[in-house]
Parts: sequence; C-alpha cells; structure tokens
Amino acid sequence: MIVTQFVILGAALFSLGVYGVLTRRNAVLVLLSVELMLAAVNINFVAFDVFVQDRIAGGQIFALFVIAVAAAEVGIGLAIVLLIFRNRQSANVDELDLMKL
Amino acid sequence: MTHLLTTANSLILAAESGAKELSDGGTLASWAWLIPVVPMVAAFAIVFFGKRMPYKGWDIAIAVMGFEALYGTALLLSHISKPIAHDFQVEIAMLGSMPIEWGWSVDGLSIMMYFLIGVVGFLVFLFAKGYMEGDVRYTWFFASFTLFAGGMLVLVSAPNLIQLIVGWELVGVSSWLLIGHYWEEHENSSAAIKAFLTNKVGDAGLFVGAIIISMSVGSFRFSDILHAVESGAAEAPTLSRFAFWGGLALFIGAMGKSAQFPLHVWLPDAMAGPTPVSSLMHAATMVTAGVFLVGRMYPLYLTDGFATEVRAVIVIIGGITLFLTGLIALVQDDIKRVLAYSTLSQLGYMTAAMGAGAYTAGLFHLFTHAFFKALLFLGAGSVIHSVHSNNMSDMGGLRKPMPYTYWTFVVGSLALAGIVPFAGFFSKDEILASLRYASGEFGVADGGGAVATVILALAIGGAFITAFYMARTVFLTFHGEYKGHGHPHESPRIMWVPLVALAVPSAVIGFINIPGVTEVFTKVVGGREVPVLDHHASSFDIPMLLAGLVAAGLGIYLGWRIWGPDAETQEARDSFRVDGLYPVLENKYYIDDFYMDGIVRPIRGPVARAMDWFNGYVIDFIVNGAGLLAKALGKVVYWFDQRGVDGAINASGAVTGAGGGVLRLLQTGKVQQYAVLIFAATVILVGGLVIWF
Repeated sequence: MIVTQFVILGAALFSLGVYGVLTRRNAVLVLLSVELMLAAVNINFVAFDVFVQDRIAGGQIFALFVIAVAAAEVGIGLAIVLLIFRNRQSANVDELDLMKL
Repeated sequence: MTHLLTTANSLILAAESGAKELSDGGTLASWAWLIPVVPMVAAFAIVFFGKRMPYKGWDIAIAVMGFEALYGTALLLSHISKPIAHDFQVEIAMLGSMPIEWGWSVDGLSIMMYFLIGVVGFLVFLFAKGYMEGDVRYTWFFASFTLFAGGMLVLVSAPNLIQLIVGWELVGVSSWLLIGHYWEEHENSSAAIKAFLTNKVGDAGLFVGAIIISMSVGSFRFSDILHAVESGAAEAPTLSRFAFWGGLALFIGAMGKSAQFPLHVWLPDAMAGPTPVSSLMHAATMVTAGVFLVGRMYPLYLTDGFATEVRAVIVIIGGITLFLTGLIALVQDDIKRVLAYSTLSQLGYMTAAMGAGAYTAGLFHLFTHAFFKALLFLGAGSVIHSVHSNNMSDMGGLRKPMPYTYWTFVVGSLALAGIVPFAGFFSKDEILASLRYASGEFGVADGGGAVATVILALAIGGAFITAFYMARTVFLTFHGEYKGHGHPHESPRIMWVPLVALAVPSAVIGFINIPGVTEVFTKVVGGREVPVLDHHASSFDIPMLLAGLVAAGLGIYLGWRIWGPDAETQEARDSFRVDGLYPVLENKYYIDDFYMDGIVRPIRGPVARAMDWFNGYVIDFIVNGAGLLAKALGKVVYWFDQRGVDGAINASGAVTGAGGGVLRLLQTGKVQQYAVLIFAATVILVGGLVIWF
C-alpha cells in the first residue's frame, strides 16, 4: 500500500487549517480551521496505522480519541466565543487585544 | 664537735638524730591537704553565700579557723609523740622534664606553722567579729581574711618551690585587699599599693632564687633540693656553684615578705588596714613567711660548700633591722605604728638568729612572738575601738576603765621586753646565746666572728630599746590622765576573751623550750626529713641571760622615769627630744623620703615625661595617621561606590528597561500574531531537527 497520497492530503489539509487559524478574523472560523488541522492529523493516524499494520490498531483508536477531544474542544470553544460576543458585541479575534502590554 | 659538747655551760652543735625514727603520719598527715584547701574554698563560699548566713559570713570563717586550730593541734601532738616528716605530691603539669606538683608537706616546720596559724588565727577571727561589727564590707572582710590565712597555709604546706611561690603571691594579693580595706581614703589604698609593690621587689629575688636553685638541682621539690645539699658539694657540683647566688636571691625574697631593712618600709604603712589584719599579719602570717622560707631552705645555708657565706648577709641585715627600727618605735605616736616598728625589730632578731646559724632560736622567737604580738595588736585594737583614735596622745589613764585590756597588754609587753618568765625571755635569750656562739667565743668562728660580735651588741641594745618603747606605750596609753574624747569603756566579751586566751601562752609558752630541760620545740622543728644541723643552747647562757635581763630592766626603768604616771615627768619627756636625733627618727631615717625622692620620683618623672612625649608624638602620630588614612580610604571607597557600584546597578537597570522597551513591541495582544510566532518557531525547530538528522 502506498501511503504518500494520504500524507500529501493530510499536509494540505493541515496547511489550510494553519492558514485559516492565522488569517481568519472571525473566531468561529478560527475554531473551524483548528478542526481542519485535527482532521489532517486523524488522516495521518489512520493512514500510518494501516501502513504499518498495527495489530492493536493504535492509530485508529487514537483517531477516535482525537475526534472525541475535538468535539469537546469545539463545545468549550463555541461557549467562549459566545461569551466574548455577548460581552463585546463582536467575535473578531483581532479586536481581542486585552493581553497587550 | 666533741670538744664543744664538753665545753662547760655552753652550747652544743646538735645534729638532729631523729631522721631514723620519722613516721609518715598515717591518716592525719595524708588528710592534711584539707588544711590549705578548706580556707581557700571557704573564702569563695563567704563571697557567694556569706551574706545569707546568720552572722554574715563570720560563722564560716570562724568554723574554718576552728578546724585549722584543731587540725594543727592534733598534728602537733601527734608529731611530739612521734615525729612526722612526709611529703605528698600530685603532678599537675610538666615543665620540660621537671614536674610541677601540688602537694602538702607534713613535717616539724610546717606543723609548727599549721598550729600557729590555726590557733592565733582562730583567736584573731574571734576578736575581729567584735572589732569589725557594723563595717560596710563586713562579709567581704572575712572573705579576704580567710583567703589571707588560706594563702599562708598554702605557702607553709608547700613541698616544692612552685607551690611556695603560689602561696607567697596569694598572701601578697590578699594582704593588698586587706590593707586597702578602708579604700575610701586615698592614703589607705596607696599604703596597700606600697605594700604590694615593695613585696614585689623582694618577689623578684624569690623568683630568681627559685629558678637558680631548682634548675641547678633539676627539681622543684624541697626534699630533692635538700637531699642534694645533704649529699655534699662534691655530689652536687652545679648546685654548689650557684648556691651563693641562689641563696642570696631567696633571702632577698624573704627580706621582702619579712620586711627586713631596706625593704621594711611597707610594714608600718600596712597599719592602714583594720587592726585584726595587722594582728594576724604581724604574728602568724605574712611576715613570718620570709623567716619560714629561710628555715625551709636552712640546710642550704648551713652546709659547707653551699650558701654559707649568705649567712653573713643575713645576720647583718637582721642586726641592722632590729636596731634601727626599734629606735623608730620610740618616737611614734600612733600605737599601731609603735607595734609595727616593734615587729620589724623582732623580725630582725629572728633573721639575725637564722643568720647566726640558730635555726631553733629563730623559729622559737617566731613562735613566741606570734602569740604576744597578736595579743599586743588585739589589745591596741581594743583600745582603738574604745577611744576611736590611733594616737597615744588621745589616750592615757585607760587602766581603770579597761582592766582586761590593760592586764593582758602588760603581759604582752613584758613578754616582748623579755622579762623572766614570760615567753619572749626564753626565745630572746636563745637568740642572744646563739649570736654569742656565732661570734666565735667558743673557738669556732662559724657565723662571721667579729661581725656577729657587733650584731650581738646591737641585739642587747635592741633588748633595751624594746623594753623602753613598750614601757612608753604602756604608760602613755594606760596610765596618767585620759586625754581623749568621750568615755572609754571595756570592749565586749568577744574581744577580751581572745586577749585573755592569748595572754596565757604569751606568759607561759616559753617553758616548752628551756635549754637543757624541756626541749619540746627543738624536737618539733627538728623533726624533718633532712636533718638541720643547727646549734642551740644545752643550758642557759648565764652572761647573755643577765645581759638581756639587765638591758630590759633598764629599759623599763627609764621608760617609767620618763613617761611614768607622775605629772612632773613632762620635763624628762622634753629632755628626751634630743635635737638632731629626734627628727631623724621621726622621719624614719628619711628612708621613705629617699625612696620617694631618690628612686620613685627620679624614675617616675622621666618615665612620665617619656610617656608624655611618646603619647604626644608617637601614639598621636599613629592615631592621626590612621585617621587620615581612613579618611583618604573613605574617599576612594565613596568614589567607587558612587561611580562603580552605583554605575553598575544603574546600568543593569537601564539595560533591563531598554530590553523591556524592545520586547514590549512584541506584546501586541493579538492572538493571531502570537500564533504566527509559535508556528514559525515550531517550523524552525522541526526544520532544524530534520536537517540535523
């Protein structure tokens, strides 16, 4: 089995995710980009699991863990975004500069 | 020697043959270490607990002296029944190859001293309770007084030179404390310092002598030194070579403590102390130390090939002292000073006897003198207590109100004057006899021949003077009209009981050593490990006995003629004030002035000036230089602090601030910029790792 095309797909997806995280202003879209990066990771997990023919299918189990953690993360993330929007009437990350020195 | 024994009515050269029958004394002697230790401990106990005791420390002191008296008496009785001569030594340190030891010596000489110090000390302490009543430093007085007795006991119990020096200095320092007891008056504290410093002059001699003798023998022990002497000059060549200088230096030490001319000046000034102190100091302790030391080292001075020549010095010093100081006693008004000069004179007798080779006679006079001089001083103390003055011009007529004091004082005076049958008669007669023997009248020019003849004449003259000034003292104090203030009264019982108790031995103790009849004392002091080959009378020396008695009788008669109870004697008194002689005596031969103007001031002046110069130039220069240096150094440090340290600190602050200013530009608060940085860093790190491997 050839693993290359899956790795390329994962890398492309991850790069899209990174781009989205770094450039999108809307917090919801940033979260969405993070999901993309997680998906890229999942593709890599599954692809390499099959490639090395792991007997206990560790890669696939890890992918399931990642999906579960991603769901929880989105839940918390959307809740934070919602609260930010309520407080500041905006969900734009570039306006959140309270950490500025 | 045999021809001497055959000489009729004469003196014998008696070798003490007791050496073979000496015992070690058993338990009594082996526990004799208590004798010096108990008073030393008690002195500190009085300092710490005395004030809490019912009698403020006197009770501890009197208990200690009672113990000493009992122990001394027990040892003496045991010694008389069977001679004891034993040394006990405990090594405490090593000095090169010579051990420094602490110990206690139990032999005839030290037992005699234990007895004397114990008995006389006990009675003086008893008297002191009455005399010192109400004193501000009552407890402290008894603490130092006990230390004084204890120091003397350390001295006499010493079986080696080191311990002797320790005791010697203890006596010196406690006498300083006691003479300066009334230190509020400057005169008294300077008297204490004078006594201490004059003693120190003698002490230098003692140290030099101790070093010479013990180094040439190789031991500090008296028994080793005296055995070396006993073995003869051929057996101990080193000691024989240095014995003259060693013996002379030791005698200089003895001159200091026993107040011999010219180191006698401290003793009359020591009257500044309380009267009980004078009493004990002049009788049993302190001044006897010098005679004791000579007695302890006696074989050294008596054995051919050793320090025999020193005896000529001793006899001359003794003769000068006994005559000159006796004359001063004639013109003193202070009753204690009369007695002080009398003590000097009697010490001169003892020294002269020691120099003449009469070990027994010298020590016997020490023994009897201790009783009657303690008695006379306590009597004087009783009078002073009642009259509140030391001067005889404030006294007179005290015979009626103070009967106990009067009669005991008379007994003491007769004993001192040497009237038969009082104690002083026997001891003084023995000294005169030994001086006559030493003058070579019996074909043996042993003690200096012609010199001893002169000293003998001085001693007979001294007997006259002694009787003369004692008669003067008695008449001026107790007869005639009372010239003082207030109403004199007899002292309390605690004060006159010791007087009576001392009057008894003053009267009768001479009988223990009647030549040829009862020679108890001769046997006691002769009971030593190394026999002392002295000569002492085997019977009375009738010419000397008569000479002594006539001189004393003449002295008393003349004293009565001049100061007797009659009021008409004023004329006689005035005639006594001979121009030219009287002022010389009143000024004590200008010896004190000579010491002050001739020695102390010429040395003190330049020394003070040199010290002033040294202080003004050298020390001030050093101090000022140090100040300037410190100032300059301060400037450097200040500059360094301002520029160096502050600069570094400010620079580090500035650098941190500037760094912060730069770094704060990164802190935009924009989450995405942070994310970019994190991502870039991750890429660089991972890229680096990939390239690396």
